[in-house]
Amino acid sequence: MSNEPRDTIRGSTDAQTKTREARMSGAVDNRFNSKLREAFGSSPFILTKFDKFMNWVRGSSMFMLQFGIACCSIEMMHTYAVKHDLDRFGSGVPRASPRQADVMIVPGTIVSKFAPRMKRVYDQMPEPKFVVNMGSCSISGGPFQEGYNVIKGAEEVIPVDIHVPGCPPRPEALVYGVVKLQERIANGESSPVTVKPYEMEQFSDLERDELVEKLADDIDEETLVMRYNWADSP
Amino acid sequence: MLGDHVIGRETHLNAEGFVVRPDEVAATLEILRDEAGFDHLSMVTAQDYEDRFETIYHLKKFDDPTQEVSVVVPTDVENPVSETASGVFKTANWQEREAYDLVGVNYDGHPDMRRILLPETWQGHPLSSDYDQDKPQIVSFDEHKNPLQEDHKDAESDTMFLNIGPHHPATHGVLHLKTVLDGEQVADVEPDIGYLHRCEEQMAQNGTYRHQIMPYPDRWDYASAGLLNEWAYARVAEDLNDIEVPEYAQIIRTMSAELCRIAAHMLALGTFCLDIYGDFTAIFMYAMRDREIVQNILEDLTGQRMMFNYFRLGGVVWDLPEPREEFFEKTRDFLDDLPEALEEYHDLITSNEIFQIRTIDTGTIDPETAKQFGVTGPVLRGSGVDYDLRRDDPYGYYDELDWDVVTEDGCDNYSRLLVRMREVEESAKIISQCIDLLEDWPEDERNIQANVPRTLKPDPDTEVYRAVEGAKGELGIYIRSDGTDKPGRFKIRSPCFCNLSALNAMSKGEYVADLVATLGSLDVILGEVDR
Repeated sequence: MSNEPRDTIRGSTDAQTKTREARMSGAVDNRFNSKLREAFGSSPFILTKFDKFMNWVRGSSMFMLQFGIACCSIEMMHTYAVKHDLDRFGSGVPRASPRQADVMIVPGTIVSKFAPRMKRVYDQMPEPKFVVNMGSCSISGGPFQEGYNVIKGAEEVIPVDIHVPGCPPRPEALVYGVVKLQERIANGESSPVTVKPYEMEQFSDLERDELVEKLADDIDEETLVMRYNWADSP
Repeated sequence: MLGDHVIGRETHLNAEGFVVRPDEVAATLEILRDEAGFDHLSMVTAQDYEDRFETIYHLKKFDDPTQEVSVVVPTDVENPVSETASGVFKTANWQEREAYDLVGVNYDGHPDMRRILLPETWQGHPLSSDYDQDKPQIVSFDEHKNPLQEDHKDAESDTMFLNIGPHHPATHGVLHLKTVLDGEQVADVEPDIGYLHRCEEQMAQNGTYRHQIMPYPDRWDYASAGLLNEWAYARVAEDLNDIEVPEYAQIIRTMSAELCRIAAHMLALGTFCLDIYGDFTAIFMYAMRDREIVQNILEDLTGQRMMFNYFRLGGVVWDLPEPREEFFEKTRDFLDDLPEALEEYHDLITSNEIFQIRTIDTGTIDPETAKQFGVTGPVLRGSGVDYDLRRDDPYGYYDELDWDVVTEDGCDNYSRLLVRMREVEESAKIISQCIDLLEDWPEDERNIQANVPRTLKPDPDTEVYRAVEGAKGELGIYIRSDGTDKPGRFKIRSPCFCNLSALNAMSKGEYVADLVATLGSLDVILGEVDR
């Protein structure tokens, strides 16, 4: 093997025999002997705390929710794709269903119409679940903060572990954020749950003020609603 | 020709405006469409003045978009009701719903007068002058009802209601399709939008012309088509304030905008194949690989990968990066590799039998229907209509360069993809000519910005509507100035919005799998649909 890159890849077309011995000898296949295994020497056991082990496992196999909202999701796709390749860090398998995911990256602006839906998707994810906020919009509303329809940060609706600032953050920044999250999970740290002003509740549970009276004919009592007090939002 | 219908005249910077009575809208538009040939309702703008509400219908011709006319419809401020135009132009259906939603004008005779962007339960109309942004709102979240049938099967029919989205891998963002299926076929589909309505128009109305508006266009069509959108704003604001852009800056603009177009079309191609093949592997990665190269070039030029904020009124913000030779070489390398890359795509995609079976003759829309819905851009050109604002309403440096408008006659998903792939080749042609020009440009004549006053205050009540050819189609902006340094009304004509409104016509009666393909071929970007 030389260190020069080859122009073309041409090898022998003979059958591979390198591992034949190991496969056919009937004993333990020595290909399973990793460097780590050799380091343990003769003892096939390791002693560790179960929690520590579980955290390490969790941090090393993260399943992202395939979730695109706005501009940041384009940059998020680049993070999954060639060149940046989030998969190298053991966290690049986007799952289309929330039931198979444990990390949600929130890439984009949350507006009033979408917030209840996002909360529903988050609620459908199995515990333990983690959230990475990507970009200024999901941190604070970003450039659209002043808008009449924009929720000022995803943290109004769901608890968030890591914020990645930027508009949009570069893929490198998102990779850094995800790796930081993995580090925290491996160390068993979690974020304090923020107080969430906007919860979904049944329409009948709302205080009977003027607005509720006005909408009483249009909305069924059992319908879930979110009430936004825009004046109170940050 | 219009005779008694007209009760007054207005002059906008781009067109003559005829003022008509609110109950004679349809008749006026029909005369203009059938007898004068104004067959393209480009945009419907609603706004409120102190003494009246006003709707403006901006009309153009598909044959010659430089011929424009505006129909202005003032209505009563207490009870704003005006006749609908949706019987004459189908595209008015959605646009009037948006006008009702945000400004509060009611359209008499409209088939479906509901809110379109904001939740049904929203109180008030946010872009009208008496809206209080601090009052509480309630947004409901309920199961969607089946518009045709109860969800259970009965003896008569067995339609099934299916929600696609708003969180779904195939909807390209947060789009909600209310689909009614009859077996495997689509009986009815209604796009439910507004999940990304970020109040762009309000943001632009709160910003000053000179610097504060320019960052926002980047975020409309965010598929790296930022510069194309910025050009829409630059063009309209330069017209409004009478600014001449130096030739050198025009060439840089043309080059960078076409680079953006390549990036946007690559994303369209990658995600379209993601929808058809359902694989996150080869094709998508190929498209992303090429996008990375384009984004690198654009980053060298503008300092950003996506949100460029590179155009300024009267030019661009920076000259080409030093050393210039390196930049040219990098761009040339990309252009040299492009034919080979496109060859790969054709091997992988367009000549693939399965792909052809999935896309040929699905999602068909004939040219007349497309025009009725106000569809523009690659979708319209895929239906064989030769309409491209870069050539028909020249701006920038396009009319000095040698390139062709791409059309395909297939009217289906396949030809829309082909149009995009061939447009990439045309863009490459444009870029290489621009580079040749820039390379030989004498050093002391590199003027990148015209002399623009620090504060721009156009005369009050100047109105202008201008459009450019964005990545998805005709991207227009209407501005009315109110004498201050901020726009009084800023309305965006989004190509995706109109293209998406035609989805129902394209996919009725087809399989639900083809509905997904059709949606992919429209290449909607929800940031631009909802604004």
